[in-house]
Amino acid sequence: MEFIILSFVKAALVAAVLLTLAAYLVWIERKVLAHIQLRVGPYRVGPHGLLQPLSDLIKLMTKEGVMPAQVNKFYYLLAPFLAVFLALISISVVPFGTEVEVFGIKTYMQLTDVNIGLLVILAISAMGVYGIALGGWASNNKYALLGGLRSSAQMISYELPMSIAIASPLLMANTLSLREIADSQSGFVWGFIPNWYIFQGYGTLFIAFMIFITAAFAETNRVPFDLPEAENELVAGFHTEYSSTCFAAFFTAEYINMVTISALATHLFLGGWHPLFPEPVAGIVPILIFGSAGVVLLFHASQTSSTRPWDRYTFPLFGLVSLGLAGLFTLPMLPLPDVLLAIGKAIHPLFWFAAKVGAILFLYIWIRGTLPRFRFDQLMKFAWQFLFPVALINMLVVGLIVALR
Amino acid sequence: MPTTVPLTWYLILSAILFGLGVAGFLFRRNIITVFMSIELMLNAVNLSFISFSYKWRQVDGHIFSFFVMVVAAAEAAVGLAIILTVFKNRSTLAIDEVNSLKN
Amino acid sequence: MDALLFLFFALVAVGCGINLVVQTHPISSALSLIGVMGSLAVLYLLLGAEFMAMAQLIVYAGAIMVLFIFVIMLLNAGVERKKGTSMLVKALGVPALVAFLGMVSYLIQRLMPGTENVTFGAFQGGTVQAIGRKLFTEYLLPFEVTSVLILIAILGAVVLARKEI
Repeated sequence: MEFIILSFVKAALVAAVLLTLAAYLVWIERKVLAHIQLRVGPYRVGPHGLLQPLSDLIKLMTKEGVMPAQVNKFYYLLAPFLAVFLALISISVVPFGTEVEVFGIKTYMQLTDVNIGLLVILAISAMGVYGIALGGWASNNKYALLGGLRSSAQMISYELPMSIAIASPLLMANTLSLREIADSQSGFVWGFIPNWYIFQGYGTLFIAFMIFITAAFAETNRVPFDLPEAENELVAGFHTEYSSTCFAAFFTAEYINMVTISALATHLFLGGWHPLFPEPVAGIVPILIFGSAGVVLLFHASQTSSTRPWDRYTFPLFGLVSLGLAGLFTLPMLPLPDVLLAIGKAIHPLFWFAAKVGAILFLYIWIRGTLPRFRFDQLMKFAWQFLFPVALINMLVVGLIVALR
Repeated sequence: MPTTVPLTWYLILSAILFGLGVAGFLFRRNIITVFMSIELMLNAVNLSFISFSYKWRQVDGHIFSFFVMVVAAAEAAVGLAIILTVFKNRSTLAIDEVNSLKN
Repeated sequence: MDALLFLFFALVAVGCGINLVVQTHPISSALSLIGVMGSLAVLYLLLGAEFMAMAQLIVYAGAIMVLFIFVIMLLNAGVERKKGTSMLVKALGVPALVAFLGMVSYLIQRLMPGTENVTFGAFQGGTVQAIGRKLFTEYLLPFEVTSVLILIAILGAVVLARKEI
């Protein structure tokens, strides 16, 4: 019984955090893209546009859902449901941190640990193409159909190099459980280079990481591989005919897939929740980051310009929040009762995990602001004539290194 | 209500699915649906392989169904290419219209 | 719990299987087949075949069926045209199938009367390690032959998909 309640609580927590993160990822993406292009981005709703996701949500929920004539209603409505369902379910095997103890109950920061966790994620992401393909087909629209066709071809092609790239860290780790993979990357070489897989294998695993990230971009339909929704060729691709909540479902699914695949990359190559620096420094880094952010915000609060009147209130507020976070990270260093100490201990792995996932998500947005889109034949040529052979040869070399170790 | 089911139920399920596959193979006229009925039969066979693997506590049944999967993948690649070619030449997918050696 | 899971997914599998046969649109049939494959994957898990369950989802549902759906969408295959079916087939087909399946079920029950009940976790041999060890020692030759088979299949598909034929 306790297990069921615990699972429900964890599932609710993870779903809430994930959906909020997906909503705010849109805001972050618009902000970062805007700053790449020397604009300011969303600014009007809330301080610095922070309430923009909320207003977007209200807009999408209250808009009229237009159902085009002559569509296959069942499949038309099934497709967005399928997309968001498959996107949400794959996060259940991804661990976020080490073991925590809350009110005497020991639990892992993870919904469930299966010993074939990686295969589960691969299986579900392989199924993820149906949402897009079906949506494109059911819309009864030639652009949507082309988007769905492109998407299915692209996903099959890029799954191969991705799976082969995943095999390299698996050869090193000898397990398929994501938590064991992350745990096998603890420690440091020569005391300062972290024992992550990306730094091992004389550079071969770095190549594997690059292949994985490239294929991950294609799997999540992001620029430069966003051919299924290329707006200057296909209007909006597979979701041309979708509006309102159904469109929001596709949108959410895409962003949740981004988060999942970034978490997967973090676990496979970037050491999971293990810090970048050895112990005394690793404990100080988050305090330094949040503390300095708080100090900078508080400093700027005293000299706001008259064109931005709200800054007088928002800057001190966010400064205090940052300082509070910094205080939270100092908890494990202080003599405190066990409950607070446990929170402090749990929050450090979470910080490092979130930082790495955030870095990969930032890379996604950065590349979107930098690279142009591929042409479809170039995309296929790139997958089959470059990425696939390179991945294959790279895996052979990694196997040789593991065998001779 | 019993909490477990006998192994024979799995085998009966496999038989039912195989029978449905045969029925689809015989009844349907669309070449793609016929092909999918074959896949259904292969799946049913896989289920019985894995059930027997459970019965004898041997992993060999898993290996067999693994090979079945590989053969099904190869078959799907070639078969769908053949379907594409047939459609290109005859512009129909109904198998009873593809009945002449000359076009 | 095991019985409930089995009954639910067996019913889903049979329902989707029937749907595959009776639907006239190929996309509906393809999605029904995906339903069958997904529920079979759960049954594999119940039988302790964790690797096969995931391979079922990755290879069958995730790759082969995507290929089917791709081709259906590419050819824009529509609803199957009705041809005159003989009355004999309509009247006798379904009862004959049911009778045949009943006979097979009876035979299975007769042949294996005392089989144990399936309990989840009773067979732990279906792990990735066990399958890998078996595949690369005892079944190495079939495994290598399979690679040749796949190579031939790729060549065949490439030749067939060229424009000239």
